[in-house]
Amino acid sequence: METQSTSENTTLFKSLDWVTVGLYLLLVILGAVSIYAASYNFDHASMFSFQEFSGKQFLWIGFALIIGFALLMIDRRVYEAYAYPIYGFMMLLLAVTIVIAPNVKGSHSWIVLGPVSLQPAEFAKFATALALAKLFNTYNFALNSAKNYAIALGIIFLPIVLIILQNETGSSLVYTSLILVLYREGMSGFVLYAIVMAVIYFVVALKFSALTFMGISLGAFIVFVIIMVLIVGMLLIYCRSLVLGRNVALGYLGSGLLVAGLHYLGVDINGYVYFFTVIGASVVYLLIGMFHDDLKKVFITVIFAVASIMFLFTVNFAFNHVLEPHQQMRIKVVLGIEDDPRGAGYNVNQSKIAIGSGGLTGKGFLNGTQTKLKYVPEQHTDFIFCTIGEEQGFVGSVGVLLLFLALILRIIVIAERQHNTFTRVYAYCVASIFIFHLCINVGMVIGLCPVIGIPLPFFSYGGSSLWGFTVLLFILLRLDAARKEYGTW
Amino acid sequence: MIGGFIVVVVIIYVIRLFELQISDSTYKAYADSNAFVNRTIYPSRGLIYDRNGKLVVYNQPAYDLMVTPKDVIEFDTIDFCNTLQIRRSEFDQRWHEMESKRSYSPYSEQVFLSNLSPEDCGRIQEKLYRFPGFDIQQRILRKYNYLAAANVLGDIREVNQDDIDKDPYYKPGDYTGDLGLEKSYEKYLRGRKGRQVLIRDAVGKIKGRYNDGRNDVTPIAGHDLRLSIDIDLQAFGEQLMRNKIGAVVAIDPSTGEILALVSSPGYDPSLLVGKERGKNYGKLVNNPYKPLFDRAIMAAYPPGSTFKPTQGLIFRQEGIVDLNTMYPCHHGYYNGGLHVGCHGHASPISLIPALETSCNAYFCWGFWNMMRNRQHYKSTAQAFDTWKKYLVSMGYGYKLGIDLPGESRGFIPNVAYYDKNLGKGRWTGNSIVSVAIGQGEVLATPLQIANLCATIANRGYYITPHVVKRIGGVGVLKKYQQRHYTRVSPKYYVDIVAGMRQAVLGGTCTKANLSGIEVCGKTGTAQNPHGKDHSVFMGFAPMNNPKIAVCAYVENAGFGATFGVPIGSLMIERYLKGKVERQYLADEMMNSNTINYNSGDSKHK
Repeated sequence: METQSTSENTTLFKSLDWVTVGLYLLLVILGAVSIYAASYNFDHASMFSFQEFSGKQFLWIGFALIIGFALLMIDRRVYEAYAYPIYGFMMLLLAVTIVIAPNVKGSHSWIVLGPVSLQPAEFAKFATALALAKLFNTYNFALNSAKNYAIALGIIFLPIVLIILQNETGSSLVYTSLILVLYREGMSGFVLYAIVMAVIYFVVALKFSALTFMGISLGAFIVFVIIMVLIVGMLLIYCRSLVLGRNVALGYLGSGLLVAGLHYLGVDINGYVYFFTVIGASVVYLLIGMFHDDLKKVFITVIFAVASIMFLFTVNFAFNHVLEPHQQMRIKVVLGIEDDPRGAGYNVNQSKIAIGSGGLTGKGFLNGTQTKLKYVPEQHTDFIFCTIGEEQGFVGSVGVLLLFLALILRIIVIAERQHNTFTRVYAYCVASIFIFHLCINVGMVIGLCPVIGIPLPFFSYGGSSLWGFTVLLFILLRLDAARKEYGTW
Repeated sequence: MIGGFIVVVVIIYVIRLFELQISDSTYKAYADSNAFVNRTIYPSRGLIYDRNGKLVVYNQPAYDLMVTPKDVIEFDTIDFCNTLQIRRSEFDQRWHEMESKRSYSPYSEQVFLSNLSPEDCGRIQEKLYRFPGFDIQQRILRKYNYLAAANVLGDIREVNQDDIDKDPYYKPGDYTGDLGLEKSYEKYLRGRKGRQVLIRDAVGKIKGRYNDGRNDVTPIAGHDLRLSIDIDLQAFGEQLMRNKIGAVVAIDPSTGEILALVSSPGYDPSLLVGKERGKNYGKLVNNPYKPLFDRAIMAAYPPGSTFKPTQGLIFRQEGIVDLNTMYPCHHGYYNGGLHVGCHGHASPISLIPALETSCNAYFCWGFWNMMRNRQHYKSTAQAFDTWKKYLVSMGYGYKLGIDLPGESRGFIPNVAYYDKNLGKGRWTGNSIVSVAIGQGEVLATPLQIANLCATIANRGYYITPHVVKRIGGVGVLKKYQQRHYTRVSPKYYVDIVAGMRQAVLGGTCTKANLSGIEVCGKTGTAQNPHGKDHSVFMGFAPMNNPKIAVCAYVENAGFGATFGVPIGSLMIERYLKGKVERQYLADEMMNSNTINYNSGDSKHK
């Protein structure tokens, strides 16, 4: 046994994915340096002083490396064997946190242990990923029944619910990225299509809600037109029915020309009347016509059309009644509906100024004025990317984006080289989580996404977040290092 | 598929970064206006010394409370008002006034309160961090060592929109010269503003100097001025002119330097400094005696008999008379029904005695003979034209070019003027003969009269009179070094000097006869439509190697001998002897009051 253990360690050393380790170390160190720059003060102390964020971050990095090393030392089988207990324990911890966590600006997400505060939501990510991986690795499990869908979605949505209860909506949204994994593991692409279209409807309907066209809001008008185009498109491409597609398209065009003609004659038709009539007529036509064609696909198209229209009518309600006022404001700001540079738009406006003033090569390390002078709030945590943008310019910020892209693509490569479902699913979970963090965090800093307070992995200051991502990544490395052993199981 | 998704997102983000960081430069500007505060550092304005090196004008610091409206966030106005000891209503009013200015912009610094006392400034300075957007700006105000020469020194005021439009150097809240040499020498005195680039954090706190001050601009102090004015002589002249309206001008003939430029009534120059400036300025403007009107260079008076030397010079140069030519005077000039009165003296009379006794008839006959002379001139018009050219060469009819703003050109009529007013061909030398004795249409400033006196003292040339002897670091301006010769040959001036010497020894201005100094002088008693005659004197001394030429002009004060001669000769005495031996005369002048004469009163009200 002694020799076997040694050989296993040698193998581990040889088969460890050093590319990922290298990227990890690079990002972590760049992160600490950025934190030093972001929190640099005129009456500054040293980069390594524990009074400074950067000094503490180096301490967290030290712990992270210890954690990472420890995770590599644990037998790979432990992760799979204890996946559910770990998940269960973390969910329990999330639930307990709601009760015992002190109130920090309305959120109950931090567990205080003496001098250390930990955020369980950061550690629930790897647990959820493990549980999902375990689920898909279960013998004969596939996304082919409502029950199985329900179990998979249940694993994903349990932490979401618990974290929302902690009042950390931003962190909870990260888990929705795991739906990408479901897609990789066999979920119909139609779901992603529906999600993407829902987002488009939502954005368009809100963005153009202030203008009126044909008696209805311009946003609704555009969404109706998009729905018509999609119906025709789906008939042609998805149902492969040239006849239905052509007829419906001609019907829409004809009716549109008729309305335009009537308008010139001085007769204006209400938009709702028009769209309900025309789309309703086309739906009836399809329901009759579908018996001649691929019944199921045409039916799905009809359902899509009806659901789209229903969704359109819930957008305003959902926006005004489900979202909280500050969330509504953040969305309005990013859509450019409201300009509130002193209030909700302050962060993003200042962060755009900071990044925009960086130019091609930036102002130089520690020379950023906007970040140094604290114009950008949360600059060492969620808005850390500003410091890079301002001080390192276009070159530096694109460089960091490319490093992340390399890491994510590398994780996907790792995922695809697995013969083992457990590791593959886990790897996709890791990739999805990094994708979500990168897209949302950088997107919000450059004003393309609404402000959702989630950190930029390895860059944003904080032990919990760094350790959470380290755990996530090093378990993957451990599992991947063992990929060749699976054959001998 | 998932990999493709993240690649697309990264591409979109790179495009967005390109847009923000490279293609759109507005963010850079925003960042600069966020983080940098450009603080103007005002240079020390040039100091002003008198000709003997006595400090006349210097600087005192003043503090303005500035505000950049866009940076103001809600603050405790009660605390603010209490600190500055103003009422809330004043605060609102000031804010409203500021916003209604044409130069107002919420993005640039505006003057909120100017000229804070050092105490107010100290109190608000300590609390500035509570009032983001507000800042203290130090400025320079003037301080005066002498209660004299306000008309020469002038004052400074805050720039208005016109100034800013004309000269981009100025920013709202800057000061510029308003009157006197503060205005004419503004470009030398103001120096160059400096700039300090400070960095400011998000809550408006100043965090220090940007780039260790490498982007700062050091202010350059203004040039100091050395006046030609003798400040003690100037103050003495102002005392002599107390309770009188008029002017005294004293020039060093050899250099054109003005030794004293008195305009009466004067005012305390420090009235136009600081918080009370606006109020005081209004008072001075509304004062019936118009103290802001610098009579020495702006008032055009009939020169009266001080004009006669010019006539003598012209007649001699034109060959109308020689030293022996005699004209009759039987208590005046009678010609063609016209009578110009004169007083009792021997008749007939030649040039030098005519100057000594100030005989009107002599100069009227001379003028008449010149105008009707058809051997020299084809017509009266041509004769008159020739006459005018001589006077212009002596500095009459046009601005002399003193280095002070607002100079008047006086008035010497031309042919066209008479053709228009009397009818072409309908006037003769006789009908305009009063110009020969400095009456009628002829007008001159006291400066021009003094300049004539200096020209005579120099025997035929003058240097443009000026009040600034030297500009520190620049030197003497070239235009104040050139001699201007008149059209009359210097040899004819000698006889005029002799006549003026006779006038002092036994003629009209015997009060100007000083022991040990050869004074030459000429009185004038100028008739005017405003009441009693103006009392005028011009004189210079010593006769050989003259050091001072004076004109004293006292409105509505009667004979030239009563006020003009004593005041003018006291100035000469004071300057050449350094003290006044005839203290009784000085006291008499200082204590006399010519304003209370009814005529004087009614004129100025």
